[in-house]
Amino acid sequence: MNQTTADYEEMLRKKTTEEGEYFLSGHGLCAGCAEPIIVRHILQVAGPNTIVVNATGCLEVSSSGFPNTAWAVPWIHVAFENAAAVASGVDAALKALGKREGVNIIAMAGDGGTFDIGFQALSGMLERGHRVLYVVLDNEAYMNTGIQRSSATPWGASTTTTPPGKKSLGESRDKKPIAAIVAAHDVPYVATASVAFIPDLRKKVQKALSVDGPSFLHVFSPCPTGWYFPSDMTIEMARLAVETGVFVLWEVENGDFNNLRVTRKIKNRKPVIEYLKLQRRFRHIVKNPELVEKIQKMVDEKCQRYGVDAD
Amino acid sequence: MKDVIKGNFATAVAAKLARVNVVPAYPITPSTLFPEQISEFIANGEMDAELVLVESEHSAMSAAIGASAVGARVATATASQGLELMHEMLFIASGMRLPIVMAVGNRALSAPINIWCDHQDTISARDSGWMQFYAENNQEALDLMLMAFKIAEDRRVLLPAMVGLDAFVLTHTIEPVDIPEQEKVDEFLPPYKPLYTLDPQRPMTFGSFGTPAHYMEFKKSQTDAMERARGVIDEVFSQFKEMFGREYNQVTPFMTDDADIIIVSMGSMSGTVREAVREMRKEGKKVGLLKITTLRPFPGKKIVELTGHARAIAVMDRNISPGFGGAVFGEISAAFINRERRPKIYDYIVGLGGRDIVLEDIRHIVESTEKKISDPSAEPVEWVNVHPEEVIE
Repeated sequence: MNQTTADYEEMLRKKTTEEGEYFLSGHGLCAGCAEPIIVRHILQVAGPNTIVVNATGCLEVSSSGFPNTAWAVPWIHVAFENAAAVASGVDAALKALGKREGVNIIAMAGDGGTFDIGFQALSGMLERGHRVLYVVLDNEAYMNTGIQRSSATPWGASTTTTPPGKKSLGESRDKKPIAAIVAAHDVPYVATASVAFIPDLRKKVQKALSVDGPSFLHVFSPCPTGWYFPSDMTIEMARLAVETGVFVLWEVENGDFNNLRVTRKIKNRKPVIEYLKLQRRFRHIVKNPELVEKIQKMVDEKCQRYGVDAD
Repeated sequence: MKDVIKGNFATAVAAKLARVNVVPAYPITPSTLFPEQISEFIANGEMDAELVLVESEHSAMSAAIGASAVGARVATATASQGLELMHEMLFIASGMRLPIVMAVGNRALSAPINIWCDHQDTISARDSGWMQFYAENNQEALDLMLMAFKIAEDRRVLLPAMVGLDAFVLTHTIEPVDIPEQEKVDEFLPPYKPLYTLDPQRPMTFGSFGTPAHYMEFKKSQTDAMERARGVIDEVFSQFKEMFGREYNQVTPFMTDDADIIIVSMGSMSGTVREAVREMRKEGKKVGLLKITTLRPFPGKKIVELTGHARAIAVMDRNISPGFGGAVFGEISAAFINRERRPKIYDYIVGLGGRDIVLEDIRHIVESTEKKISDPSAEPVEWVNVHPEEVIE
């Protein structure tokens, strides 16, 4: 072993066994990106006996440039639309080889790879009951290809394929309720989480990894590059999304919507304008009080449905 | 043990004999009997494997990739549209050097939708980095599947392999097959020992991002492995012959030594050609047959050696690349490039979408080739047994 390799091995040992870190520095994600924070915490909770299956996307491309890697756990990337199917194969093989015990399988994908192109594979994995935690890192558009809308893009948002103009107000559809759709598969555990509420996120990861079957975490992941806000405001943006009711933190077990639990109820919910005005993707909306009011109504309706407001 | 079985059953038995660990599968005609049979083996306790009944062929190959990366021996089966749906994954399986083995019931591609035999599906996947074998009969389907594991898993190779068997003609036709004993197969094919696996004890990154600084080296390494496969295939074929008594070759000649015209064929039609050659030989026609078993790696040198002396080669292509001709014709022509002496090479498009290929067709091919040899302006590509009145402008 030459000196460089020895240094590296020592660094890796310290980082992992002493500090419990499994997503390491040196990746190329943007300054202010929420994803590495989320992934770091997920892996801190999951620990070393974890296999990560990563769909193509920002996280994958920025963490695995050969010959480097930011991953201190076994990690596999195959393609964009199939993290759930690859994870299914990993699950089956571990079982077949008698190595399944004590190993976490975590699939990670962006909103495009989950809400859109990976949706069928995800549904299949859920239905077949694979014991996999599937995490969607939702930054509300195809950021890796340059900010195109996905079905996770919220109403009114400007993206490179939903530009506002004389005949357009930006994205014309509201966000697909992915976590609810997943929960409708009657899987053991489904939750939403946010980079601004790390203890809540960690608790949910723990819960998700403890169930015997598929689990799903929808994690809100603000993107300074695609939403156009300063890169030191990521956590603030995620917090505002929850405090305005734009993103609701909840969990459901075994598809039992009657016992859906809002894990962060909001007292004195803030008006959505406070969230919208900080992001240039909503600039054309913010200028028009009627459009802001429309979003406020959509959010109010959702908050009522979920019971977000604290007494 | 001799048994009378369908081609699909033969491939499923091969997977069982190979002690496959994981079978991700999705039903498609004419390969559906494969997952059905594997399910039955597992249900009866005859086979100990994880069956993953996925929601598409794309997911079947995705799951196969995940399972193989963990170190499992993996097999699946598909055909036609299913192979096309997994097309993207084929390149990833080979690029990640995962020795997955797949039976393909060779079936025509839509449109128009058609469930019968031709080779368009696997031919369209021949650049995917998979080794490709074509079976002439059900015995070959079983044997080639078994050998495919051994070749694919060889550390000099580490590439996936597909075994083509003609839709219905083989997949659904009952033929006598010698099923090898489990103990002998175990001796021939020990458990798969992967080089690298997804293992928390030894974390590794699989499927990383290859920039222009590294991508070509990955592809060159993969291509070199395919080149090395040539020798490994010959080795495994001869080991197989020693243990099981049946001989395989990448290309197999029949009455070619003194032949003026050599017909090149692939798959089940080779049996028909052999019969036609026998008949025509009785009439004094110097014809022969060269059967291709291995299309990837392409045995170009062997083909040149075995056919170079003929006046003409008549390639029977059960596929069509519109705007070019048949694929095998193109490859054989390329094999003769830069050779000073070479036979004339003609292409015959036959049997698309399950159109029968009969003795008269072979006779026609030989007669047409005889005429073309002395006509420098002859069209090299000809469609056989097409009804002109139904061909629209």
